[in-house]
Amino acid sequence: MAERRSEKLKFEPWRDPGAQAYVRIENVTRKFGDFVAVNNVSLKIYQREIFCLLGGSGCGKSTLLRMLAGFEAVTAGSIFIDGQDMAGIPPYERPVNMMFQSYALFPHMTVEKNIAFGLEQERLSRSEIATRVTEILDIVKLGEFAVRKPHQLSGGQRQRVALARALAKRPKLLLLDEPLGALDKKLREHTQFELINIQEQLGVTFMVVTHDQEEAMTLASRIGVMNRGEIVQIGTPTEIYEFPSSEFVADFIGSVNMFEGRLVEDLPDRVRIQSDELGGLVYVDHGISAAPSATLWVAIRPEKIDIQRTPPASTHENCVKGVVKEIAYMGDVSIFLVRIDTGKIIRVTLPNIERLSDDERIMWDETVYLTWHPGSPVVVTQ
Amino acid sequence: MAGNLTHTRSGWGSGRVGPLWELFFRFGPPRWSDYIRSNWAGQRLVISVPYLWLLLFFLVPFLIVLKISFAEFSPLGRPPYEPVLRWLEDGALQIKLEFASYSYLLHEPLYVSAWLYSIKVAAVSTVFCLLVAYPMAYAIARSSPASRNVLLMLVILPFWTSFLLRVYAWIGLLKTDGVINQFLMAIGIIDEPLAMMNTSFAVYIGIVYSYLPFMILPLYSNLEKHDQTLLEAAQDLGAGPIRSFFRITLPLSFPGVVAGSLLVFIPAVGEYVIPTLLGRTDQLMIAGLLSDEFFRNRDWPRASSVAIAMLLLLVVPIMIFQHFQNRELRANKR
Ligand SMILES: Nc1ncnc2c1ncn2[C@@H]1O[C@H](COP(=O)(O)OP(=O)(O)O)[C@@H](O)[C@H]1O
Ligand SMILES: [Mg+2]
Repeated sequence: MAERRSEKLKFEPWRDPGAQAYVRIENVTRKFGDFVAVNNVSLKIYQREIFCLLGGSGCGKSTLLRMLAGFEAVTAGSIFIDGQDMAGIPPYERPVNMMFQSYALFPHMTVEKNIAFGLEQERLSRSEIATRVTEILDIVKLGEFAVRKPHQLSGGQRQRVALARALAKRPKLLLLDEPLGALDKKLREHTQFELINIQEQLGVTFMVVTHDQEEAMTLASRIGVMNRGEIVQIGTPTEIYEFPSSEFVADFIGSVNMFEGRLVEDLPDRVRIQSDELGGLVYVDHGISAAPSATLWVAIRPEKIDIQRTPPASTHENCVKGVVKEIAYMGDVSIFLVRIDTGKIIRVTLPNIERLSDDERIMWDETVYLTWHPGSPVVVTQ
Repeated sequence: MAGNLTHTRSGWGSGRVGPLWELFFRFGPPRWSDYIRSNWAGQRLVISVPYLWLLLFFLVPFLIVLKISFAEFSPLGRPPYEPVLRWLEDGALQIKLEFASYSYLLHEPLYVSAWLYSIKVAAVSTVFCLLVAYPMAYAIARSSPASRNVLLMLVILPFWTSFLLRVYAWIGLLKTDGVINQFLMAIGIIDEPLAMMNTSFAVYIGIVYSYLPFMILPLYSNLEKHDQTLLEAAQDLGAGPIRSFFRITLPLSFPGVVAGSLLVFIPAVGEYVIPTLLGRTDQLMIAGLLSDEFFRNRDWPRASSVAIAMLLLLVVPIMIFQHFQNRELRANKR
C-alpha cells in the first residue's frame, strides 16, 4: 500500500510539458436557448488519471460529461479524444463508455446479457464474449449473479453491473456520472476504494462527476471545481484544499473561516492584512500577488486554529479573543463555534486525542483565545 | 370509518388507468374519488359494481346461451326448449344434453372454413394494424407533451362519428366507380378499375382502419413510459439507433404489443359489420354465419353452439397466454 501510494505521488503527467493529453476540451460552451450550461471550459485529461468534476447541483457537470459521450451537442469549442476531433461523431462510434447515474441497466436482460451487449456490438465471437464477460464479472465480484435480472439485485450490486458493463468494452476513457450517488454512506465509502482498485488494475482513465467533495478528495488524482458552468480551479486534492484560488473554492471545499481585509504590508516573502471583520491583524509568512488596493479574503481552515484559555505571549497578530457559543462532540473531533468581539462566529475543530475530565475541557461561555500559524491562512483575491 | 378527505398525490392519470382517462379527467378529478380512496368500505363497493355488472350481463346470458346450445332444434324456431336439467318424479336428476349442434359444427365444412377464414382475416389485420400503429404510437410518445395531447385527441376523434357511417364511407372509396379508382384512372396509373369491393383486401382495410386506435393507445401508453437513458446506454455501448430499437425498445414494448394485438384480434375474429358491408360474398366469417343461423334458419341451438365454440376456441388460449404474460411482467417490473 505504501509503495503504491508513493507511485501515485509520482504520477503527475500534468506537470510534464511533453506529456500528451488523452482528452483535450478546448473552449467548450453549451447553451440551452439563452441559458449557458457550460461556459468556455478548457481541460486536459491524461491517461490513467482519475479526474473528478466537482460542483454543486445544476452547475453543468453532467452536461460536460454528456458532451464527451456525444449525447449533447457542443455549441462552441471542440473536444479531442486521443487526438481525434469528436465533432459530428455519434455516441456509438466514440472510444469512450459511460456509467449512468441511474445505471440504465436493461431490465429485460440478465446481468450477463447486459454486460455482453456492448461486446456483441463489436461482433466478437461467442466464446470471446463469454470469456470477457466472465473476466469482468470476476473483477466486480458478481460471478454468482450472472443469470439474475437487474430487479433481483441490490443497489450496490446494480452499481457494479453498470460499472462492469461499461468496462467490458475496455474503453480507454470511462465517464462516470455520480457513480456512487445512489448508495448509502457506508457502502459509498467502501465502493470508493474498490473503484480506485479497479481503475488501477485495468489502467483506464476515469472522469468522474460528483457533487460530494469527500468523494472527489478520495478518488481524484486531480479535481476540477465547477461553478455556474465554468471551471474555477483545477488541481490535486491537496492543492484545492490547501491553496484554493478563490473565495468560492475555499468556501465550497470543506469548511472555512473567511475574513475580508486589506493589505497593510506587502513584501515578497510576507504580508500583513488588516481585517475589520476579524478585528485585528493577520500575518502571513508567504508573499501573495494582489494589487495593493484590492479587497482580499483571508481563509483559515477550522482545524488549523488553536483554542486556549490563557492569552498567548503576543496577542498583537494572528490572535483573536472570543466566547464559546456552541460545542459539538463528533466523536473523532469536537467543533467549537466561537463568537469574537466583532460579532463574527469562528469555527474551530480540535481532534479528541485524549479523554479529558470535565474541568480540563473548554466549556460553553468561556472566554478563549484563538491563534494560528502564519503559514495557515490562505489569501484569495476573488 | 376514517372520514378524512386527505388529498392523495396519485391522481386519476396514475397507475394502471390508461392515458385515455387522463384526457377525460384532465379538468380535475371528481371530489368523491378522494373520499373513496381514503375509505376501504367505499373502495370495495366501487370494485364490486363492475363485477356485479359482469355477473348479471355477461355470465348469466352466457349460461343461458350455453343451455340453449345443448337443446334440441325445435321446428318452431324459438324457445321454449326442453330443459337441460329436470327433476324426474322419482326424485332423480335428469341431465339431457343434445350434442347435435356441436357435432354439426365439426362435420360441416362451411363452418370449418368460416372459422379458419375468420382467424386468417383477424391475424392478417392485426399484423397490419401493428405495422401502422407502432410508428404512430412511437412518434406520439416522442413528441413534445403539448402536441402529444393533440395527437392523441386526433387518434380517438373518429370515435365521435358512427362506426357504421365510417364503414359505409369506405364503400364510397373502394367501389368500382369510387374515389380511389377514379383518381387512379384520372392520373393514368390504371386503365380499368380495380376490383376492391367485396374482397378480403377491403375487409383488411376496414378492420385496420376501424381498430387502429385500440392498437395505438396501449402501445403509446407503454412507449411513453420508456426510460430514454436506456437508449443512450445502448448507443454508448456501440449500438446504432436501429440496433438499439430492436434490442431495447421493441422487447420492452412487448406488453404493449400483446395488449394492442389482443384488443384488435379478439373483436376482429367476431367482426360482423365490416365483412358484411365490404367483404366477400362467397366466404362468410364466423359472425356472419352465426347471424345467418340465428336470423335466417332460426336455429337457436346451433347459433348458440357457434357462439360457445367461438368463445372457447378464442378465450381459453388467450387466457393461458395472458397468465404467463402477467407472470413475466410481474417479474420484470419489481
Ligand atoms: N436538455 C436541457 N434543456 C434545458 N436545460 C438543460 C438541459 N439539460 C440541462 N439543462 C440545464 O443545464 C444546467 C446544468 O445541468 P447539469 O449539467 O445536469 O447539472 P449537474 O451539474 O447537476 O449535473 C441545469 O441548470 C439544467 O437545468
Ligand atoms: Mg448531474
